Amino acid sequence: MRDTRYEPLSLAFAALGGVVLLFIVAPLVSMFLNCSLPQLARTIQDGEVQNSIWLTLATSMAATLIFAAAAIPFSYLLARKDFPLKRLVTAIIDLPIVIPHSAAGIALLGVVSRNSFLGTAAARMGFSFVSSTAGIMLAMAFVSIPYLLNSARDGFLAVPVRLEKAALSLGASPLRVFLTVSVPLAARAIISGLILMWARGMSEFGAVLIIAYHPMITPVLIYERFGAFGLKYARPVAVLFISVCLVFFIMLRLIAKDKQYAQR
Amino acid sequence: MLSVRGISRTLGALAIKDISFEVRQGEYFVLLGASGVGKSVLLETIAGIIRPDTGRVFLDGKDITNEQIHRRKIGFVFQNSTLFPHMTVYDNIAFGLRCRRLQNRQIHKRVGELAEDFAVSHFLKRRPQTLSGGEAQRVCLARAVASEPKCLLLDEPISSLDVSARGQIRALLRKISSGAAHLRNRASGSPARGPAIVHVTHDYTEAVCLGTHIAVMENGRIAQIGAAQEVFGHPKSEFVARFVGIRNFFKGRLPEPDYGQGHARKFISNGLSFSVLTDRPSGSGYIMVRSQDVTICDAAGQPAAAGPAQNGRAFRRPRTSARNNFEGTIVDIIPNGGLPGGVEVIVDIGAGKPVEVAALITAQSAKMLDLHPGKRVTLSFKASAVEYVEEGDGHLAISPWAQGRKMPTQ
Repeated sequence: MRDTRYEPLSLAFAALGGVVLLFIVAPLVSMFLNCSLPQLARTIQDGEVQNSIWLTLATSMAATLIFAAAAIPFSYLLARKDFPLKRLVTAIIDLPIVIPHSAAGIALLGVVSRNSFLGTAAARMGFSFVSSTAGIMLAMAFVSIPYLLNSARDGFLAVPVRLEKAALSLGASPLRVFLTVSVPLAARAIISGLILMWARGMSEFGAVLIIAYHPMITPVLIYERFGAFGLKYARPVAVLFISVCLVFFIMLRLIAKDKQYAQR
Repeated sequence: MLSVRGISRTLGALAIKDISFEVRQGEYFVLLGASGVGKSVLLETIAGIIRPDTGRVFLDGKDITNEQIHRRKIGFVFQNSTLFPHMTVYDNIAFGLRCRRLQNRQIHKRVGELAEDFAVSHFLKRRPQTLSGGEAQRVCLARAVASEPKCLLLDEPISSLDVSARGQIRALLRKISSGAAHLRNRASGSPARGPAIVHVTHDYTEAVCLGTHIAVMENGRIAQIGAAQEVFGHPKSEFVARFVGIRNFFKGRLPEPDYGQGHARKFISNGLSFSVLTDRPSGSGYIMVRSQDVTICDAAGQPAAAGPAQNGRAFRRPRTSARNNFEGTIVDIIPNGGLPGGVEVIVDIGAGKPVEVAALITAQSAKMLDLHPGKRVTLSFKASAVEYVEEGDGHLAISPWAQGRKMPTQ
């Protein structure tokens, strides 16, 4: 229930909330304030920075879309069916969220390195996961896929089973019911999950660093500039990257919102 | 023809046991039972949503027990709207047609016909969320009929609607069942008989209004099954009798006849003695009297046609052919009880503990007799209007209701 009265307790909680908000906003604002426009302009023109930002956007988006093809049907299964060890499977899905991302990178490297089965198979087909865009995508997807799975599963759970039964009784095949009834009705949650997965993949550093230092995605580039040249040189890249991310994030949210209204 | 043979299924606390029945094209089969008796489980088993533990389902002679839902040609309409909220009314009706990969031109034509038949033409472009309950259910029916099912399953399709919408939907259901020409697919020229309909409900008036055949479910089993007239006229058990709406139902004992042949027998219940006509041997059992057969007189002995109450006069009972006459007190008066224009009067005739008898009379009579709760009245009904059923026996002794009695209809 929403309450608009202000009791002392609510005021105290609001004050605490203010501290938390300040904690999030202050470092970002100070970073933007400490970055001069000429510095920013020079960074925008920097080919290495440009390439890394495009690479980051493209790989995170590709990773999201490629893995979504498997993750969305899987989350439907999780929402609709009971099977042995379902709780275990659900716990496994959340694993990438709780393990340190550098450890995730190490684990992933173990299965895609040149000595591993996947690595040799890839080498035979003429590419490598290590130090390649394919490796970056794997690392990004590994740490971000739980967000899509969980969000899509919750979306499917909210679709009334009766509607699916009705669609089946009208002669629609299970695949058709999935595509024309379940997915459209869960679209809001699925899109939200896609945006989360994409955003989380884009901001990944630890796992990517271990699998592919090069080609350099922006989080790695920021780290490298910081290590080699210091805060002053890392900051404009960070500001630029955050700005680009925000623009994309807001755009996608707006598109998703339009979609909601279209449904009504 | 839908044929259900020996279906059993246990789902947690719900269980259906050994259910068998057949429904031919054009027949309207109503499955009557209290909620939680397993009616919906049975429907979902026929639809293929639930697999039976044992038993088989046949449609037109083909065993469809293990057939996938979407290949069964069985339509399903639920109690609440199952319209797809992300589609317009038009797209909802067209859904089944698109599944059959009809051309757009054919789909357009067919949706137009159905929209006209189900009176939904004027809101084809609207979203389901903007429709009233009755409108949504009309669209649901149109959508189900569009895919031309051989069998149509209805799970309490009317229960959540208001009274006027109920009437509309009932009329549409009758139309679908009769296969009225305008409801069949004119293009494919399917037969003029409607689909086999299985309608599940807890409301016996729906069964009276719609059913050609009725089954009453009790504890997951079919307690009685048969043509509507038969089930309503000859309830085989107390449960069925209560469920199909017979209000006056008393358990008691039928003693050996005191007199020779040609006399009514006595039936003792709650310390009261009823006269019944029966040739059954003595034993315990039930008697039933339909509320329509009970007459109410002023306790002073004046029949309904008399003038003002005869206060202070000595009690004088008129000579009557009715063998059952009881004095009692009115405990309740229910307007429109049972039938429109009717009043159901509940009278306590008990000696010591309450024994309530319902009488269905016209509102006119109730007004003329100045009936009100607390008033003393005399109830009477004929011995031949009393139905006696032996306990534990499905068989009815004599059946005065069998001949020449019409079912109450609305």
